Amino acid sequence: MPAGQDSVLAASGISKQFLGSKALDGVDFDLKGGEVHALLGENGAGKSTLIKCLTGAYKRDAGTLHLDGESIDPRNTFEAQKLGIGTVYQEVNLLPNLSVAENLYLGRQPRWSGLIAMRRMYRESRTLLSQYGLDIDPSAPLGQFSVAVQQVVAIARAVDLSGKVLILDEPTASLDAHEVDLLFRIVGELKARGLGIVFITHFLDQVYRISDRITVLRNGRKVGTRETASLQRRELVAMMLGRELGEETSHTSSVQAKDGPARFRFKGVGRRGKVEPFDLDIAEGEVVGLAGLLGSGRTETAELMFGWKPADRGTIEIEGRGVTLSSPQTAIAEGFGFCPEDRKTDGIIGDLSVRENIVLALQARRGWAKPVSRAEQNELADRYIKALDIRTDGREKPIKLLSGGNQQKAILARWLAMDPKLLILDEPTRGIDVGAHAEIIKLIRELCEKGMSLAVISSELEELVAYSSRVRVLRDHRHVDELSGDKMTTDGIVAAIAASDDQGTGT
Amino acid sequence: MTAKLPATLVRLLPQIATLAVVLILNVILFPSFFDLSVQNSRLYGSLIDVFNRGAPVALLAVGMTLVIATKGIDLSVGAVVAICGAVAAASVAGGHSVPVAVASALAVGMLCGIWNGFLVAVLGIQPIIATLVLMVAGRGIAQLITEGAILTFTDEGLIFIGSGTAFGLPMPIVIWVVFGLAVTLLVRRTALGLLIESIGVNRQASQLAGVRTTALLIASYLLAGLCAAIAGLIVAADIKGADANNAGLWLELDAILAVVVGGNSLLGGRFSILGSLLGAVIIQAVNTGILTSGFPPEYNLIIKAVIIVVILVIQSPRIGELSAFLKSVRQGNP
Repeated sequence: MPAGQDSVLAASGISKQFLGSKALDGVDFDLKGGEVHALLGENGAGKSTLIKCLTGAYKRDAGTLHLDGESIDPRNTFEAQKLGIGTVYQEVNLLPNLSVAENLYLGRQPRWSGLIAMRRMYRESRTLLSQYGLDIDPSAPLGQFSVAVQQVVAIARAVDLSGKVLILDEPTASLDAHEVDLLFRIVGELKARGLGIVFITHFLDQVYRISDRITVLRNGRKVGTRETASLQRRELVAMMLGRELGEETSHTSSVQAKDGPARFRFKGVGRRGKVEPFDLDIAEGEVVGLAGLLGSGRTETAELMFGWKPADRGTIEIEGRGVTLSSPQTAIAEGFGFCPEDRKTDGIIGDLSVRENIVLALQARRGWAKPVSRAEQNELADRYIKALDIRTDGREKPIKLLSGGNQQKAILARWLAMDPKLLILDEPTRGIDVGAHAEIIKLIRELCEKGMSLAVISSELEELVAYSSRVRVLRDHRHVDELSGDKMTTDGIVAAIAASDDQGTGT
Repeated sequence: MTAKLPATLVRLLPQIATLAVVLILNVILFPSFFDLSVQNSRLYGSLIDVFNRGAPVALLAVGMTLVIATKGIDLSVGAVVAICGAVAAASVAGGHSVPVAVASALAVGMLCGIWNGFLVAVLGIQPIIATLVLMVAGRGIAQLITEGAILTFTDEGLIFIGSGTAFGLPMPIVIWVVFGLAVTLLVRRTALGLLIESIGVNRQASQLAGVRTTALLIASYLLAGLCAAIAGLIVAADIKGADANNAGLWLELDAILAVVVGGNSLLGGRFSILGSLLGAVIIQAVNTGILTSGFPPEYNLIIKAVIIVVILVIQSPRIGELSAFLKSVRQGNP
């Protein structure tokens, strides 16, 4: 059987309904052996639902599944695994407190007269991982290792268990460029071994780097399947959005710094072990970008500015007034807002409604005794749902049921309702679909035109260059450089991050 | 408000239905269950008795609801009942006036709550462990106050709290109904309810949104302490004495049960004080029903357990899924 010809996994007419709304409507999907098949679509397009129908995590309402030509009907992920379909999720779902080897062989440990043969398990783990170029101690707890290594262990387990189809659900979302290279090398090797690989991501660069074919979903329907090589980027974006995008991401720096005295002045502020002391002035209507690799101190800088992990040295002035920002409440009282990187744990209040989530910060600032009236809450929620185009079946829907991009917009609305002077955004576009992505960038530009100051952290350098007046570069918990004007280019930022740093970063 | 009332009713429907079933069972076992009579301008009857006997648990359930809404739990309330009863009894025994005795009992109850809140909110100890400290130590403290004996008193003013009459009803009923409604109005007419729910769902995100989570957590435990103090006064006044060993014994578990039967999730977040109050009445109606039905008392706890399991099973999400599934099957959906 020539690899790359026959379908390994063929799904046709897959439909799935949730409480009356169609999440998937007659979707066909086929995966060949030895190919990387990218599955794309905006948040809420049905990617995860399709994956869950393929792996039996959801029971599909209609449609057929064939694996190697045989009809299959996995009732849960465990059955799917036994049949040969393995899945690796964005949030690694292994057990961090167990050893690497235990994670690899959980539920199927090699046994010796009823007892687990530890030494054999470690030996086999080592052999297995060496195929992936990993030389780590299999007896060490998995949690000790980086997300990238955990990701590879998850892949190793999935491939070893299943070995026909590997589904990677946003595996690169929390990896840096170096780790993505490692992951892609492994994906390349698995592809050469004849596995069919489904790859879900939001990063279009990565799609073009690694995939052979692309299937695009929109609103629960399949838009089409195309060869990657013959599909232009603009065309792809148009397929995903169902419309032509005015500009994908502008690469020119169009925002000029408004001259004027610094509104916010951080002098020599730092926090031991987190961020080395730095100076930072932010003027009215200015967007300061913060760039750096994961762990470079960019998130720590944001947390310090917001009083979440307060500074232990230095002075802060706002409009010439010395202030101490010892907690989020004091920072909020000074007109700060903060959209954290991890929406789920730090941003949304999952069980509460969109309305309550939007109104929360305003209510907290007013104090418990002065409730925002229900009419006022409704008005605020409706205004921002409309203004930011938050897609929800109404303001009373629990926010956890919204897609990531819409949750992010609701958190933005929470702060916009406060009319902040300085808004700190940590990775505002991470894990968000292309449409919401462009809208959030547009929003950032509009806000600074209105005179709001912004500090934005992002790993997407084109994006930073597009809206920032200046870009701060961080490395090893230190603010090492600042780029503005002509020097503010993606190459310039990469060079600044990589300067006197041995490892190249890639773009 | 007119648009909101039906939503509240819909939310409480399972509890109302459960209560109706329990009351109907009571009537079947004991036909004169609903009979009311007036003597000395006070209502008497089994139904009144249910509401009267249920007062301590109902009061504890009010505070417990808020604590559970913050994703916490307060195991110490039973012991705080004993402490506060002892404080009030010792106070009148020491020659203080009733207002002083009541005030010091309430103050001690709130102090206990602040202690719990401090352990949970400031030191970050898990609520079940943090409040276990006072649950265990509390009885010891109460025994120290009563010096190991049952401290009896004859002060009519204090006894009135347990057996007096107001508006034709026993005093405990008036106290818990008024207090329960007052707290309900307090949390729903201010933003307290929303802020407490947000802490229970996601404390970290709430804090980042500017919610004063530490203060609100302490306030929730403080309120639980206050509820326990009031319950302690009622329990002590009822028996005209402070029994450090038995006052409020295991009541924390009944209070938690009332909250759960009231349809509140132990995982925190959305809460309904009215639901918990209904839960407390349901539990007491079950107790009274068992007692009046003439079953040997040895069966009480077992029968109660069975009835509660049934109630919880009916309310469980799995059963909800199952009934939704059966409905779809009946509609001819495969």
